[in-house]
Amino acid sequence: MSGTEKWIAFITIIVREVRRFLRIWPQTLLPPAITITLYFVIFGTLIGPRIGPMAGFNYIEFVAPGLIMLSVITNSYGNVVSSFYGAKFGKSVEELLVSPVPNYIILTGFVMGGVARGLGVGVIVTLLSLFFTRLNVEHIVVTCSVVFLTSVLFSLAGFINAVFARSFDDISIIPSFVLTPLTYLGGIFYSIDMLPGLWEGVSRANPILYMINAFRFGVLGVSDIDVGWAFLMIGLFIVGLYAYSMYLLVNSKGLRS
Amino acid sequence: MTESALTIRNLRKAYDNGFEALKGIDLDVEQGDFFALLGPNGAGKSTTIGILCSLVRKTGGQVKIFGLDIDSRFSEAKKYIGIVPQEFNFNQFEKIYDILVTQAGYFGIPRRLAEQRAEKYLRLLDLWDKRSTQAMMLSGGMKRRLLIARSLVHEPRLLILDEPTAGVDIELRRSMWHFLREINRQGTTIILTTHYLEEAESLCRNVAIIDRGRIVQNTSIKSLLKTLNREVFIFDTRDAIETLPDLGGLPGHLLDEHSFEVEIQKSDSLNGVFDRLSRQGVEIVSMRNKANRLEELFVSLVRANSDEPAAEENEEVA
Repeated sequence: MSGTEKWIAFITIIVREVRRFLRIWPQTLLPPAITITLYFVIFGTLIGPRIGPMAGFNYIEFVAPGLIMLSVITNSYGNVVSSFYGAKFGKSVEELLVSPVPNYIILTGFVMGGVARGLGVGVIVTLLSLFFTRLNVEHIVVTCSVVFLTSVLFSLAGFINAVFARSFDDISIIPSFVLTPLTYLGGIFYSIDMLPGLWEGVSRANPILYMINAFRFGVLGVSDIDVGWAFLMIGLFIVGLYAYSMYLLVNSKGLRS
Repeated sequence: MTESALTIRNLRKAYDNGFEALKGIDLDVEQGDFFALLGPNGAGKSTTIGILCSLVRKTGGQVKIFGLDIDSRFSEAKKYIGIVPQEFNFNQFEKIYDILVTQAGYFGIPRRLAEQRAEKYLRLLDLWDKRSTQAMMLSGGMKRRLLIARSLVHEPRLLILDEPTAGVDIELRRSMWHFLREINRQGTTIILTTHYLEEAESLCRNVAIIDRGRIVQNTSIKSLLKTLNREVFIFDTRDAIETLPDLGGLPGHLLDEHSFEVEIQKSDSLNGVFDRLSRQGVEIVSMRNKANRLEELFVSLVRANSDEPAAEENEEVA
C-alpha cells in the first residue's frame, strides 16, 4: 500500500471506531458523565468540606484531576477491549485481516479509537467538573501530554485483553479486578503522603499513581512523585505494550489459525 | 505468457493438534477462469481459501496471486483478492452502506470513490433501497448479497466464493449465478466452492476435487463429464405397470406403478430401449436423469480416494 492508501485505511478505522461509540452513546458517553457527577456531589460537595484541604487545595479541587483521569483510563481501555473483542466474536475483524492494511495500522487505528473515546469522555467530565469547582490548568503541555499518553497506554492494554479474551466475561475481569482497584489506590482521593511508610512504598509500585499525579501536577501544580519519572514510566509501558500487541496481532491463534 | 490468476505449489497445512489439512497441493487457475473447488466437508477447501486470504497460516509451499508471492508481496497480492466467506462476518450493527464504504477504505480507496463503488454494487445486487438498514435486519439472502457486494467494492481481479449460495432459495440462487457469470464475463477470475454440484456444472469451466488434503482430480468440467460412462434414467409411463418391462438385459428396477429406472452405458442407444418398450405396449410420457451427473462422478472419485489408507482420521479445526 502507498502512504496515502495507508493513511486512508488508518482514518477509516478511526472513523468506524468513533461511529461505533457514538452510535451506542447511552452505553459509552452517558454512564461516565452520571458516575462522575455523583462522585463530585458525594466526595466534593457533601463529604469534601468535612475532610478539609489536601495539598493546599479544597478536597474537590484535589480529587477533580484524578476523577478525570479515572474516566479517561476506563473509557480508553473499555473502548478497545469491547470493540476489538466484539469484532473478533462477530468475525468482522476478518474484514481487516483479509485487507492489505498493515498490522501496525490496524493496531494504531484501534488505539486511536480508544483515545478518541477516552479524551471525549475526559472533555465531558472536565466540563461537568466546572459546575462544582474551578480548574486552573498550571501546565497545559504536561496536562495534555499526560492525558493523551495515558489514554494510549490503556487503549493498548485493552487491545491485549481483547486478543486473549475467549468470552464476554473475560473482557470485564481485568477492568473489575485489576484496573478499578489500581485506579482507586492510585491516589485519586488522597495524597500518598497520608499513608503509613509501608503502604506508601506499596503505592509507588502502582503505575496508575504516576499517571494521576502527573496529571494533577499539570492541572494543580502539585504531585506526590517526580513528573519526569512519570513520563518515563508511561513511555516505557507504551513501548512494551505496543511491542506485545504487535506480536499478538501477528502470531495470535485467536486471530489466525 | 500471461501469469496465472492463482498458482499453488506444494501447499501444506498442519494444525497444532497434528492434523494435516493440506498434504502438498498444486493448483493453477488461469486468468478469466470460472473455477470450481469441490470436496466433502473437512477436505481442505476452507483451509486453502483461508491461506489465500491470510486467515490461516500455511505450514509450507508457495502461493502466488497474479504472479505475486503472498509471503514476499503480501500487501499487493491482497489487493487483487475479493473474498465471499461462508459465514456472515460483517458487523451486524452497521448500516450496509457504511460496511461497504469502510471496506473500501481498508483497501485505501478515497472516500468519494468508495461511496460511488458502494452505490454501484448495492444497486447491482438490489440492496440500494436497504442502504440505511442495519445488517442484522436483512434477510439471509440479502446478507449473502451483501457479502458479494462487499467483496467487490475494491474491484478485485480474483473473486473467491466459499459456498456463496448455501441456504439461498432457488430464485435467488439463479439470480446470483447470472450476476457471477456477468462479472466473470467482464474479466474477473472466479474460484467457487460449493456443495451444489449443479452449480459447479452450470457455472464453471474447470474443476479441482480435493479430498483429505489432496487434489484427486483437476481438469475441465467437460473432460470430467466425458469420463462418465453410464447414466441412470427414470421413465414415467402413461399406464400403470405391475412389473418391470423387459429391458433387454439392461439393469433397472420398478420405482412405482408409473415409473421405473434403467442404467444405460454410453455405448448403448436409447432408441433400442424405446423400441423394446413400444413392442411391449409401454408408453413413455417423460424421462429424466436420476441424479446430477457431476454429483455421481464426485461421489465415485471421493469414494475411490477413501478406499486408500488414510494417514490420519481427524477433525479439521479450521
